[in-house]
Amino acid sequence: MQIHELSAQELSQKIQSKEVSAAEVAKHFLERAQNLNFKLNAFISFNEEVLKEAEKIDLQIARGNKIGPLAGVPLGVKDMFCTQGIRTTAGSRILENFVPPYDSTVVRKLKEAGAIVLGKLNQDEFAMGSSGETSYFGVCKNPWDLSKTPGGSSGGSAAAQAAGLAALCLGTDTGGSIRQPASFCGVYGIKPTYGRVSRYGIVSYASSLDQAGPVTRTVSDAALALEVISGKDALDMTSSDQSVPEFHKNLNPSLHGKRIAVLKEYENSDGLTPDIVNAYEKAIEFLRGEGATVEQISCPHAIHGVSVYYLVATSEASSNLSRYDGVKYGHRAQFENISSTSLKDFYSSTRGEGFGPEVKRRIMLGTYCLASGYYEAYYKKASQVRRIIRDEFLVALQGFDALVSPVTSTTAFDIGKKISDPVKMYMNDIFTVCTNLAGLPGASVPVGKDRAGLPIGIQVQSLPFCEQSVLDVSYALELAFKNSVGAPHV
Amino acid sequence: MSDSPSIDISTAEKMSRLANLKMSSEQLKEMSFTLTKVVQLFHSLSQVNTEGIEPLVTPVDIRLVLRSDLAKTNFSAEEMLSNAPEKTGNLFTVPPVV
Repeated sequence: MQIHELSAQELSQKIQSKEVSAAEVAKHFLERAQNLNFKLNAFISFNEEVLKEAEKIDLQIARGNKIGPLAGVPLGVKDMFCTQGIRTTAGSRILENFVPPYDSTVVRKLKEAGAIVLGKLNQDEFAMGSSGETSYFGVCKNPWDLSKTPGGSSGGSAAAQAAGLAALCLGTDTGGSIRQPASFCGVYGIKPTYGRVSRYGIVSYASSLDQAGPVTRTVSDAALALEVISGKDALDMTSSDQSVPEFHKNLNPSLHGKRIAVLKEYENSDGLTPDIVNAYEKAIEFLRGEGATVEQISCPHAIHGVSVYYLVATSEASSNLSRYDGVKYGHRAQFENISSTSLKDFYSSTRGEGFGPEVKRRIMLGTYCLASGYYEAYYKKASQVRRIIRDEFLVALQGFDALVSPVTSTTAFDIGKKISDPVKMYMNDIFTVCTNLAGLPGASVPVGKDRAGLPIGIQVQSLPFCEQSVLDVSYALELAFKNSVGAPHV
Repeated sequence: MSDSPSIDISTAEKMSRLANLKMSSEQLKEMSFTLTKVVQLFHSLSQVNTEGIEPLVTPVDIRLVLRSDLAKTNFSAEEMLSNAPEKTGNLFTVPPVV
Protein backbone atom coordinates (compact mmCIF):
# COMPACT_ATOMS: atom_id res chain seq x y z
CA MET A 1 0.00 0.00 0.00
CA GLN A 2 1.34 3.42 -0.92
CA ILE A 3 1.75 6.23 1.61
CA HIS A 4 -1.16 8.24 0.21
CA GLU A 5 -3.49 5.25 0.51
CA LEU A 6 -3.11 5.02 4.28
CA SER A 7 -5.48 6.61 6.75
CA ALA A 8 -4.22 9.66 8.66
CA GLN A 9 -3.88 7.57 11.80
CA GLU A 10 -2.02 4.73 10.10
CA LEU A 11 0.31 7.32 8.63
CA SER A 12 0.97 9.01 11.96
CA GLN A 13 1.59 5.66 13.66
CA LYS A 14 4.20 4.79 11.03
CA ILE A 15 5.84 8.21 11.53
CA GLN A 16 5.80 7.87 15.31
CA SER A 17 7.28 4.37 15.15
CA LYS A 18 9.96 5.75 12.76
CA GLU A 19 8.95 3.34 10.01
CA VAL A 20 8.86 6.37 7.77
CA SER A 21 9.88 9.96 8.53
CA ALA A 22 7.48 12.90 8.57
CA ALA A 23 9.79 14.58 6.04
CA GLU A 24 9.47 11.63 3.61
CA VAL A 25 5.71 11.68 4.01
CA ALA A 26 5.51 15.44 3.48
CA LYS A 27 7.72 15.19 0.39
CA HIS A 28 5.59 12.37 -1.04
CA PHE A 29 2.34 14.29 -0.60
CA LEU A 30 3.80 17.59 -1.79
CA GLU A 31 5.15 16.02 -4.98
CA ARG A 32 1.95 14.09 -5.59
CA ALA A 33 -0.25 17.14 -4.99
CA GLN A 34 1.89 19.41 -7.15
CA ASN A 35 2.09 16.83 -9.95
CA LEU A 36 -1.64 16.16 -10.04
CA ASN A 37 -2.88 19.66 -9.37
CA PHE A 38 -2.88 20.58 -13.06
CA LYS A 39 -5.56 17.92 -13.55
CA LEU A 40 -7.70 18.59 -10.47
CA ASN A 41 -6.99 22.22 -9.50
CA ALA A 42 -7.66 21.17 -5.90
CA PHE A 43 -4.99 23.41 -4.34
CA ILE A 44 -4.78 27.19 -4.54
CA SER A 45 -1.51 27.52 -2.58
CA PHE A 46 1.14 25.26 -1.08
CA ASN A 47 2.93 25.76 2.21
CA GLU A 48 6.54 26.57 1.36
CA GLU A 49 7.62 25.57 4.87
CA VAL A 50 6.04 22.11 4.83
CA LEU A 51 9.31 20.14 4.63
CA LYS A 52 10.93 22.21 7.39
CA GLU A 53 7.89 21.72 9.60
CA ALA A 54 7.98 17.96 8.94
CA GLU A 55 11.65 17.87 9.94
CA LYS A 56 10.72 19.53 13.22
CA ILE A 57 8.23 16.72 13.89
CA ASP A 58 10.94 14.14 13.13
CA LEU A 59 13.26 15.92 15.54
CA GLN A 60 10.67 15.83 18.30
CA ILE A 61 10.14 12.10 17.72
CA ALA A 62 13.91 11.46 17.72
CA ARG A 63 14.20 13.31 21.04
CA GLY A 64 11.36 11.27 22.50
CA ASN A 65 9.25 14.38 23.11
CA LYS A 66 5.54 14.05 23.67
CA ILE A 67 3.76 14.52 20.35
CA GLY A 68 0.16 14.69 19.25
CA PRO A 69 -1.99 11.95 17.70
CA LEU A 70 -1.74 13.51 14.23
CA ALA A 71 2.05 13.89 14.26
CA GLY A 72 3.35 14.35 10.74
CA VAL A 73 -0.05 14.13 9.01
CA PRO A 74 -0.15 16.36 5.89
CA LEU A 75 -3.21 18.53 6.16
CA GLY A 76 -5.13 20.12 3.31
CA VAL A 77 -6.97 23.23 4.51
CA LYS A 78 -9.91 24.79 2.73
CA ASP A 79 -8.97 28.35 1.85
CA MET A 80 -11.63 29.69 4.25
CA PHE A 81 -9.36 29.06 7.26
CA CYS A 82 -6.80 31.69 8.18
CA THR A 83 -3.31 30.21 8.21
CA GLN A 84 -0.49 32.27 9.66
CA GLY A 85 1.96 33.27 6.95
CA ILE A 86 0.10 31.30 4.24
CA ARG A 87 -2.12 33.12 1.76
CA THR A 88 -5.85 32.73 2.54
CA THR A 89 -8.09 33.71 -0.36
CA ALA A 90 -11.58 32.24 0.30
CA GLY A 91 -11.45 31.52 -3.44
CA SER A 92 -11.88 35.22 -4.16
CA ARG A 93 -10.02 37.91 -6.06
CA ILE A 94 -10.79 40.32 -3.22
CA LEU A 95 -8.50 38.26 -0.92
CA GLU A 96 -6.07 37.19 -3.63
CA ASN A 97 -3.00 38.41 -1.74
CA PHE A 98 -4.21 38.23 1.85
CA VAL A 99 -1.68 36.63 4.21
CA PRO A 100 -3.13 36.32 7.73
CA PRO A 101 -0.97 37.14 10.73
CA TYR A 102 -2.68 34.39 12.76
CA ASP A 103 -4.08 30.86 12.58
CA SER A 104 -7.76 30.04 12.90
CA THR A 105 -8.46 28.10 16.09
CA VAL A 106 -9.16 24.90 14.14
CA VAL A 107 -5.84 25.06 12.30
CA ARG A 108 -4.00 25.93 15.53
CA LYS A 109 -5.48 22.91 17.30
CA LEU A 110 -4.60 20.54 14.45
CA LYS A 111 -1.05 21.89 14.37
CA GLU A 112 -0.79 21.35 18.12
CA ALA A 113 -1.88 17.74 17.51
CA GLY A 114 1.08 17.40 15.13
CA ALA A 115 -0.57 17.92 11.72
CA ILE A 116 1.40 19.86 9.12
CA VAL A 117 -0.33 22.26 6.73
CA LEU A 118 0.46 21.04 3.21
CA GLY A 119 -1.51 23.70 1.39
CA LYS A 120 -4.74 25.57 0.88
CA LEU A 121 -7.61 24.01 -0.99
CA ASN A 122 -9.78 25.35 -3.76
CA GLN A 123 -13.41 26.17 -3.06
CA ASP A 124 -16.36 28.12 -4.31
CA GLU A 125 -15.79 31.84 -3.75
CA PHE A 126 -16.61 32.65 -0.10
CA ALA A 127 -18.11 29.12 0.08
CA MET A 128 -20.98 30.28 -2.12
CA GLY A 129 -21.61 27.44 -4.51
CA SER A 130 -22.43 23.76 -4.78
CA SER A 131 -20.05 22.80 -7.57
CA GLY A 132 -16.57 24.25 -6.99
CA GLU A 133 -17.10 26.37 -10.12
CA THR A 134 -17.33 29.87 -8.62
CA SER A 135 -13.69 30.03 -7.46
CA TYR A 136 -11.64 32.94 -8.81
CA PHE A 137 -8.80 30.40 -9.11
CA GLY A 138 -10.58 28.20 -11.62
CA VAL A 139 -12.82 25.17 -11.56
CA CYS A 140 -11.88 22.25 -9.34
CA LYS A 141 -12.39 18.79 -10.91
CA ASN A 142 -13.76 15.53 -9.60
CA PRO A 143 -11.00 12.86 -9.45
CA TRP A 144 -13.52 10.13 -10.40
CA ASP A 145 -14.30 11.87 -13.70
CA LEU A 146 -12.55 15.09 -14.68
CA SER A 147 -15.59 16.29 -16.63
CA LYS A 148 -17.65 16.36 -13.41
CA THR A 149 -17.71 18.83 -10.54
CA PRO A 150 -16.37 17.70 -7.17
CA GLY A 151 -19.34 19.45 -5.54
CA GLY A 152 -19.03 22.45 -3.31
CA SER A 153 -18.23 24.54 -1.67
CA SER A 154 -15.49 22.36 -0.11
CA GLY A 155 -14.81 20.82 -3.54
CA GLY A 156 -11.02 21.05 -3.21
CA SER A 157 -11.13 19.32 0.19
CA ALA A 158 -13.15 16.36 -1.12
CA ALA A 159 -11.21 16.10 -4.39
CA ALA A 160 -7.82 16.25 -2.62
CA GLN A 161 -8.89 13.67 -0.05
CA ALA A 162 -10.31 11.28 -2.65
CA ALA A 163 -7.25 11.56 -4.89
CA GLY A 164 -4.81 11.07 -2.01
CA LEU A 165 -3.27 14.53 -2.31
CA ALA A 166 -3.51 15.10 1.47
CA ALA A 167 -3.95 12.69 4.37
CA LEU A 168 -6.53 14.82 6.17
CA CYS A 169 -8.61 17.75 4.93
CA LEU A 170 -10.67 20.51 6.45
CA GLY A 171 -13.88 21.91 5.07
CA THR A 172 -16.64 24.27 6.11
CA ASP A 173 -20.36 23.63 5.82
CA THR A 174 -22.99 26.36 5.71
CA GLY A 175 -25.73 24.48 3.84
CA GLY A 176 -24.10 21.18 2.87
CA SER A 177 -20.64 22.29 1.77
CA ILE A 178 -18.85 19.41 3.47
CA ARG A 179 -21.44 16.67 2.94
CA GLN A 180 -22.31 17.24 -0.72
CA PRO A 181 -18.70 17.24 -2.04
CA ALA A 182 -17.85 14.31 0.26
CA SER A 183 -20.75 12.46 -1.39
CA PHE A 184 -19.68 13.44 -4.92
CA CYS A 185 -16.07 12.37 -4.31
CA GLY A 186 -16.62 9.19 -2.28
CA VAL A 187 -15.02 10.34 0.99
CA TYR A 188 -16.31 10.88 4.52
CA GLY A 189 -17.25 14.35 5.73
CA ILE A 190 -18.92 15.52 8.92
CA LYS A 191 -20.46 18.87 9.83
CA PRO A 192 -20.56 19.14 13.62
CA THR A 193 -23.33 20.67 15.72
CA TYR A 194 -23.39 24.46 15.46
CA GLY A 195 -21.13 25.65 18.29
CA ARG A 196 -19.14 22.42 18.63
CA VAL A 197 -16.17 23.90 16.75
CA SER A 198 -14.82 27.43 17.02
CA ARG A 199 -15.33 29.67 13.99
CA TYR A 200 -12.51 32.03 15.03
CA GLY A 201 -10.31 32.77 12.04
CA ILE A 202 -12.66 31.23 9.49
CA VAL A 203 -13.77 33.61 6.76
CA SER A 204 -17.42 34.31 7.54
CA TYR A 205 -20.19 33.55 5.06
CA ALA A 206 -23.36 33.12 7.17
CA SER A 207 -22.41 33.21 10.82
CA SER A 208 -25.47 31.43 12.25
CA LEU A 209 -24.99 28.49 9.86
CA ASP A 210 -21.20 28.11 9.30
CA GLN A 211 -19.39 25.18 10.90
CA ALA A 212 -16.01 23.59 10.23
CA GLY A 213 -15.39 19.87 9.99
CA PRO A 214 -13.04 17.20 8.69
CA VAL A 215 -13.12 15.52 5.28
CA THR A 216 -11.39 12.17 5.59
CA ARG A 217 -10.75 8.77 4.08
CA THR A 218 -12.17 6.94 7.14
CA VAL A 219 -14.78 7.58 9.82
CA SER A 220 -12.15 6.85 12.45
CA ASP A 221 -9.92 9.68 11.13
CA ALA A 222 -12.90 12.04 11.23
CA ALA A 223 -13.69 11.03 14.83
CA LEU A 224 -10.12 11.78 15.89
CA ALA A 225 -9.89 15.06 13.97
CA LEU A 226 -13.26 16.20 15.31
CA GLU A 227 -12.15 15.46 18.85
CA VAL A 228 -9.04 17.59 18.28
CA ILE A 229 -10.84 20.61 16.82
CA SER A 230 -13.92 20.67 19.10
CA GLY A 231 -14.44 22.66 22.28
CA LYS A 232 -15.07 26.05 23.79
CA ASP A 233 -12.96 28.89 22.48
CA ALA A 234 -12.83 32.22 24.26
CA LEU A 235 -12.38 33.84 20.85
CA ASP A 236 -15.77 32.63 19.56
CA MET A 237 -18.73 33.37 21.81
CA THR A 238 -20.94 30.98 19.83
CA SER A 239 -18.65 28.03 20.60
CA SER A 240 -20.15 25.65 23.14
CA ASP A 241 -18.78 24.63 26.52
CA GLN A 242 -20.38 21.17 26.19
CA SER A 243 -17.77 18.55 27.08
CA VAL A 244 -16.10 16.88 24.12
CA PRO A 245 -16.44 13.08 24.14
CA GLU A 246 -13.56 10.84 23.11
CA PHE A 247 -15.21 10.31 19.73
CA HIS A 248 -12.43 8.15 18.40
CA LYS A 249 -12.05 5.86 21.40
CA ASN A 250 -15.83 5.49 21.77
CA LEU A 251 -16.43 4.55 18.12
CA ASN A 252 -18.84 1.59 18.08
CA PRO A 253 -20.41 0.13 14.92
CA SER A 254 -23.03 -1.96 16.73
CA LEU A 255 -26.51 -1.21 15.40
CA HIS A 256 -28.36 -3.55 17.66
CA GLY A 257 -31.25 -1.72 19.34
CA LYS A 258 -30.55 1.57 17.55
CA ARG A 259 -33.53 3.64 16.45
CA ILE A 260 -33.10 5.13 13.01
CA ALA A 261 -35.44 7.74 11.57
CA VAL A 262 -36.20 8.40 7.92
CA LEU A 263 -37.92 11.61 6.89
CA LYS A 264 -41.23 11.42 5.07
CA GLU A 265 -40.63 14.75 3.29
CA TYR A 266 -37.37 13.50 1.75
CA GLU A 267 -38.91 10.35 0.26
CA ASN A 268 -39.88 10.58 -3.42
CA SER A 269 -38.18 13.96 -3.66
CA ASP A 270 -38.15 15.49 -7.17
CA GLY A 271 -35.15 14.51 -9.27
CA LEU A 272 -33.89 11.74 -6.98
CA THR A 273 -32.14 9.35 -9.38
CA PRO A 274 -32.93 5.61 -9.29
CA ASP A 275 -29.30 4.75 -8.45
CA ILE A 276 -29.42 6.97 -5.38
CA VAL A 277 -32.79 5.56 -4.32
CA ASN A 278 -31.32 2.08 -4.72
CA ALA A 279 -28.22 2.88 -2.65
CA TYR A 280 -30.36 4.52 0.03
CA GLU A 281 -32.71 1.53 0.22
CA LYS A 282 -29.75 -0.84 0.45
CA ALA A 283 -28.36 1.19 3.35
CA ILE A 284 -31.71 1.11 5.14
CA GLU A 285 -32.00 -2.63 4.54
CA PHE A 286 -28.51 -3.09 6.01
CA LEU A 287 -29.37 -1.05 9.12
CA ARG A 288 -32.49 -3.14 9.67
CA GLY A 289 -30.60 -6.36 9.07
CA GLU A 290 -28.08 -5.44 11.75
CA GLY A 291 -30.75 -5.01 14.42
CA ALA A 292 -31.75 -1.35 14.10
CA THR A 293 -35.38 -0.33 13.92
CA VAL A 294 -36.22 2.11 11.14
CA GLU A 295 -39.22 4.40 11.54
CA GLN A 296 -40.61 7.21 9.46
CA ILE A 297 -40.84 10.68 11.00
CA SER A 298 -42.27 13.87 9.57
CA CYS A 299 -41.09 17.49 9.63
CA PRO A 300 -43.67 19.10 7.33
CA HIS A 301 -41.83 22.42 6.99
CA ALA A 302 -38.59 20.80 5.82
CA ILE A 303 -39.88 21.37 2.27
CA HIS A 304 -39.24 25.09 2.83
CA GLY A 305 -35.61 24.47 3.84
CA VAL A 306 -33.98 25.71 0.62
CA SER A 307 -35.99 28.96 0.58
CA VAL A 308 -35.31 29.68 4.26
CA TYR A 309 -31.65 28.81 3.85
CA TYR A 310 -31.03 31.12 0.89
CA LEU A 311 -32.89 34.00 2.54
CA VAL A 312 -31.05 33.67 5.85
CA ALA A 313 -27.62 32.86 4.40
CA THR A 314 -27.62 35.68 1.85
CA SER A 315 -28.89 38.21 4.41
CA GLU A 316 -26.06 37.29 6.77
CA ALA A 317 -23.59 37.28 3.88
CA SER A 318 -24.55 40.76 2.73
CA SER A 319 -23.72 42.00 6.21
CA ASN A 320 -20.59 39.87 6.73
CA LEU A 321 -19.05 40.75 3.38
CA SER A 322 -19.46 44.49 3.91
CA ARG A 323 -16.04 44.35 5.61
CA TYR A 324 -14.33 43.98 2.22
CA ASP A 325 -13.80 47.64 1.42
CA GLY A 326 -10.23 47.80 0.12
CA VAL A 327 -8.97 49.72 3.14
CA LYS A 328 -7.15 47.42 5.56
CA TYR A 329 -6.57 44.33 3.42
CA GLY A 330 -7.62 42.72 0.19
CA HIS A 331 -8.09 43.98 -3.34
CA ARG A 332 -8.38 47.72 -3.97
CA ALA A 333 -9.46 49.31 -7.24
CA GLN A 334 -6.81 51.58 -8.68
CA PHE A 335 -7.47 55.29 -9.10
CA GLU A 336 -5.24 57.86 -10.72
CA ASN A 337 -5.63 60.19 -7.79
CA ILE A 338 -7.03 58.73 -4.59
CA SER A 339 -7.43 62.15 -2.94
CA SER A 340 -9.95 63.20 -5.59
CA THR A 341 -11.92 59.93 -5.44
CA SER A 342 -15.21 59.78 -3.58
CA LEU A 343 -15.50 57.15 -0.86
CA LYS A 344 -18.61 55.72 -2.55
CA ASP A 345 -16.75 55.22 -5.86
CA PHE A 346 -13.79 53.79 -4.00
CA TYR A 347 -15.90 51.16 -2.23
CA SER A 348 -18.15 50.21 -5.12
CA SER A 349 -15.32 49.93 -7.66
CA THR A 350 -13.21 47.87 -5.26
CA ARG A 351 -16.09 45.51 -4.47
CA GLY A 352 -17.34 45.43 -8.06
CA GLU A 353 -13.90 44.25 -9.21
CA GLY A 354 -13.12 42.03 -6.24
CA PHE A 355 -16.22 39.84 -6.04
CA GLY A 356 -17.30 37.29 -8.63
CA PRO A 357 -20.83 36.99 -10.10
CA GLU A 358 -22.27 34.46 -7.60
CA VAL A 359 -21.00 36.40 -4.58
CA LYS A 360 -22.45 39.60 -6.03
CA ARG A 361 -25.76 37.83 -6.62
CA ARG A 362 -25.94 36.65 -3.00
CA ILE A 363 -24.93 40.04 -1.58
CA MET A 364 -27.63 41.67 -3.75
CA LEU A 365 -30.21 39.12 -2.65
CA GLY A 366 -29.29 39.56 1.01
CA THR A 367 -29.39 43.33 0.67
CA TYR A 368 -32.87 43.03 -0.85
CA CYS A 369 -34.09 40.71 1.95
CA LEU A 370 -32.89 43.13 4.61
CA ALA A 371 -33.95 46.35 2.87
CA SER A 372 -36.69 48.53 4.23
CA GLY A 373 -39.98 47.35 2.79
CA TYR A 374 -38.83 43.78 2.22
CA TYR A 375 -37.41 42.81 5.63
CA GLU A 376 -40.72 41.59 7.11
CA ALA A 377 -41.67 39.53 4.07
CA TYR A 378 -38.27 37.98 3.56
CA TYR A 379 -35.67 37.93 6.37
CA LYS A 380 -38.11 38.00 9.27
CA LYS A 381 -40.45 35.50 7.63
CA ALA A 382 -37.54 33.15 6.88
CA SER A 383 -36.24 33.40 10.46
CA GLN A 384 -39.70 32.53 11.77
CA VAL A 385 -39.99 29.50 9.49
CA ARG A 386 -36.46 28.58 10.54
CA ARG A 387 -37.68 28.30 14.13
CA ILE A 388 -40.57 26.08 13.01
CA ILE A 389 -38.15 23.83 11.09
CA ARG A 390 -35.65 23.67 13.97
CA ASP A 391 -38.37 22.82 16.50
CA GLU A 392 -39.89 20.16 14.23
CA PHE A 393 -36.53 18.42 13.87
CA LEU A 394 -35.76 18.60 17.61
CA VAL A 395 -39.14 17.11 18.51
CA ALA A 396 -39.26 14.47 15.75
CA LEU A 397 -35.74 13.22 16.49
CA GLN A 398 -36.31 12.69 20.23
CA GLY A 399 -35.53 9.08 21.09
CA PHE A 400 -33.79 8.39 17.77
CA ASP A 401 -30.09 7.69 17.38
CA ALA A 402 -29.92 9.02 13.85
CA LEU A 403 -31.79 10.32 10.84
CA VAL A 404 -30.70 8.72 7.57
CA SER A 405 -31.38 10.22 4.12
CA PRO A 406 -29.79 10.80 0.72
CA VAL A 407 -27.23 13.63 0.60
CA THR A 408 -28.05 14.73 -2.93
CA SER A 409 -30.61 14.00 -5.64
CA THR A 410 -27.93 13.09 -8.19
CA THR A 411 -24.32 12.02 -8.26
CA ALA A 412 -21.63 14.48 -9.44
CA PHE A 413 -22.93 16.50 -12.39
CA ASP A 414 -21.13 17.85 -15.46
CA ILE A 415 -19.02 20.98 -15.09
CA GLY A 416 -21.02 23.85 -16.58
CA LYS A 417 -24.37 22.08 -16.37
CA LYS A 418 -25.98 24.21 -13.64
CA ILE A 419 -23.73 27.23 -13.20
CA SER A 420 -25.89 29.55 -15.33
CA ASP A 421 -29.12 28.65 -13.50
CA PRO A 422 -28.92 29.59 -9.81
CA VAL A 423 -32.31 28.07 -8.97
CA LYS A 424 -31.23 24.65 -10.30
CA MET A 425 -27.95 24.97 -8.41
CA TYR A 426 -29.64 26.00 -5.16
CA MET A 427 -32.06 23.05 -5.33
CA ASN A 428 -29.00 20.75 -5.03
CA ASP A 429 -29.01 21.54 -1.36
CA ILE A 430 -32.47 20.23 -0.58
CA PHE A 431 -31.33 17.37 1.70
CA THR A 432 -28.57 19.24 3.50
CA VAL A 433 -29.78 22.75 4.40
CA CYS A 434 -32.14 21.85 7.26
CA THR A 435 -29.18 20.40 9.18
CA ASN A 436 -27.60 23.87 9.29
CA LEU A 437 -30.85 25.72 9.89
CA ALA A 438 -31.47 23.51 12.95
CA GLY A 439 -27.79 23.41 14.00
CA LEU A 440 -27.65 19.60 13.88
CA PRO A 441 -24.60 17.42 13.24
CA GLY A 442 -24.62 15.60 9.90
CA ALA A 443 -22.30 13.49 7.80
CA SER A 444 -21.99 11.91 4.39
CA VAL A 445 -20.81 8.29 4.23
CA PRO A 446 -19.86 6.68 0.90
CA VAL A 447 -22.04 3.60 0.32
CA GLY A 448 -21.76 2.80 -3.36
CA LYS A 449 -21.51 4.00 -6.93
CA ASP A 450 -23.98 4.74 -9.68
CA ARG A 451 -24.02 3.02 -13.07
CA ALA A 452 -21.47 5.55 -14.38
CA GLY A 453 -19.08 4.66 -11.56
CA LEU A 454 -19.59 7.88 -9.58
CA PRO A 455 -19.75 7.70 -5.76
CA ILE A 456 -22.97 7.93 -3.76
CA GLY A 457 -23.11 9.11 -0.15
CA ILE A 458 -25.75 8.60 2.51
CA GLN A 459 -26.46 11.32 5.05
CA VAL A 460 -26.51 10.55 8.77
CA GLN A 461 -27.76 13.24 11.16
CA SER A 462 -28.64 13.39 14.83
CA LEU A 463 -29.69 15.72 17.63
CA PRO A 464 -27.39 18.60 18.67
CA PHE A 465 -24.14 17.43 20.29
CA CYS A 466 -24.85 13.78 19.38
CA GLU A 467 -21.91 13.52 16.97
CA GLN A 468 -21.03 10.20 18.57
CA SER A 469 -24.30 8.73 17.25
CA VAL A 470 -23.58 10.13 13.79
CA LEU A 471 -20.07 8.69 13.84
CA ASP A 472 -21.19 5.27 15.17
CA VAL A 473 -23.87 4.80 12.50
CA SER A 474 -21.44 6.11 9.88
CA TYR A 475 -18.83 3.62 11.05
CA ALA A 476 -21.28 0.73 10.69
CA LEU A 477 -22.14 1.85 7.14
CA GLU A 478 -18.47 2.29 6.30
CA LEU A 479 -17.58 -1.21 7.44
CA ALA A 480 -20.43 -2.64 5.37
CA PHE A 481 -19.97 -0.64 2.16
CA LYS A 482 -16.35 0.54 1.92
CA ASN A 483 -15.41 -2.13 -0.61
CA SER A 484 -18.16 -1.00 -2.96
CA VAL A 485 -16.65 2.47 -3.32
CA GLY A 486 -12.83 2.30 -3.39
CA ALA A 487 -10.65 5.14 -4.64
CA PRO A 488 -10.39 6.89 -8.01
CA HIS A 489 -7.49 6.35 -10.42
CA VAL A 490 -6.11 9.78 -11.13
CA MET B 1 -44.49 39.07 -0.63
CA SER B 2 -46.61 39.73 -3.71
CA ASP B 3 -48.12 36.87 -5.73
CA SER B 4 -45.39 36.99 -8.33
CA PRO B 5 -42.47 38.92 -6.88
CA SER B 6 -39.87 40.33 -9.22
CA ILE B 7 -36.72 42.36 -8.94
CA ASP B 8 -36.78 44.82 -11.83
CA ILE B 9 -33.72 46.60 -13.13
CA SER B 10 -34.31 49.74 -11.09
CA THR B 11 -34.61 47.66 -7.88
CA ALA B 12 -31.45 45.77 -8.82
CA GLU B 13 -29.72 49.11 -9.40
CA LYS B 14 -30.89 50.34 -5.98
CA MET B 15 -29.58 47.16 -4.30
CA SER B 16 -26.22 47.50 -6.03
CA ARG B 17 -25.97 51.06 -4.68
CA LEU B 18 -26.92 49.97 -1.15
CA ALA B 19 -24.40 47.12 -1.31
CA ASN B 20 -21.64 49.27 -2.81
CA LEU B 21 -21.24 47.01 -5.83
CA LYS B 22 -20.41 48.73 -9.10
CA MET B 23 -22.12 46.91 -11.97
CA SER B 24 -22.56 47.50 -15.66
CA SER B 25 -26.06 47.81 -17.12
CA GLU B 26 -25.60 44.36 -18.66
CA GLN B 27 -24.75 42.89 -15.25
CA LEU B 28 -27.76 44.61 -13.67
CA LYS B 29 -30.01 43.16 -16.36
CA GLU B 30 -28.68 39.67 -15.68
CA MET B 31 -29.08 40.18 -11.91
CA SER B 32 -32.65 41.34 -12.34
CA PHE B 33 -33.45 38.22 -14.38
CA THR B 34 -31.80 35.65 -12.08
CA LEU B 35 -32.83 37.29 -8.80
CA THR B 36 -36.45 37.36 -9.95
CA LYS B 37 -36.26 33.60 -10.53
CA VAL B 38 -34.75 33.16 -7.08
CA VAL B 39 -37.32 35.27 -5.19
CA GLN B 40 -40.09 33.42 -7.00
CA LEU B 41 -38.61 30.21 -5.58
CA PHE B 42 -39.14 31.71 -2.12
CA HIS B 43 -42.77 32.52 -2.80
CA SER B 44 -44.12 29.39 -1.09
CA LEU B 45 -42.94 30.78 2.26
CA SER B 46 -45.72 33.34 2.22
CA GLN B 47 -48.19 30.46 2.67
CA VAL B 48 -46.67 29.46 6.04
CA ASN B 49 -48.57 30.74 9.06
CA THR B 50 -45.95 32.38 11.28
CA GLU B 51 -48.22 34.41 13.51
CA GLY B 52 -46.73 34.69 16.99
CA ILE B 53 -43.54 32.82 16.04
CA GLU B 54 -40.36 34.43 17.33
CA PRO B 55 -37.66 34.63 14.61
CA LEU B 56 -34.75 32.25 15.17
CA VAL B 57 -31.48 34.03 14.57
CA THR B 58 -29.12 31.36 15.85
CA PRO B 59 -29.74 27.63 16.32
CA VAL B 60 -28.30 27.34 19.81
CA ASP B 61 -28.86 29.21 23.03
CA ILE B 62 -26.08 31.69 23.45
CA ARG B 63 -25.29 33.05 26.88
CA LEU B 64 -23.47 36.32 26.91
CA VAL B 65 -20.36 36.01 29.03
CA LEU B 66 -18.13 38.71 30.44
CA ARG B 67 -14.38 38.52 30.63
CA SER B 68 -12.00 40.50 32.77
CA ASP B 69 -11.31 43.89 31.26
CA LEU B 70 -7.58 43.46 30.89
CA ALA B 71 -5.42 45.13 28.27
CA LYS B 72 -3.38 42.72 26.17
CA THR B 73 -1.48 42.93 22.91
CA ASN B 74 -2.78 40.80 20.07
CA PHE B 75 -1.05 42.07 16.99
CA SER B 76 1.56 44.70 16.33
CA ALA B 77 0.75 47.70 14.13
CA GLU B 78 3.23 46.28 11.62
CA GLU B 79 1.29 43.00 11.42
CA MET B 80 -2.01 44.83 11.08
CA LEU B 81 -0.63 46.95 8.26
CA SER B 82 1.07 44.06 6.48
CA ASN B 83 -1.92 43.45 4.18
CA ALA B 84 -2.79 47.09 3.56
CA PRO B 85 -3.29 47.79 -0.15
CA GLU B 86 -1.83 51.26 0.42
CA LYS B 87 -0.29 52.81 3.50
CA THR B 88 1.39 56.02 4.54
CA GLY B 89 3.87 55.41 7.33
CA ASN B 90 1.95 53.71 10.07
CA LEU B 91 -1.47 54.54 8.62
CA PHE B 92 -3.93 53.14 6.05
CA THR B 93 -4.32 55.45 3.05
CA VAL B 94 -7.94 56.16 2.16
CA PRO B 95 -9.81 58.69 0.01
CA PRO B 96 -11.05 61.86 1.70
CA VAL B 97 -13.92 60.95 4.02
CA VAL B 98 -15.28 64.42 4.75
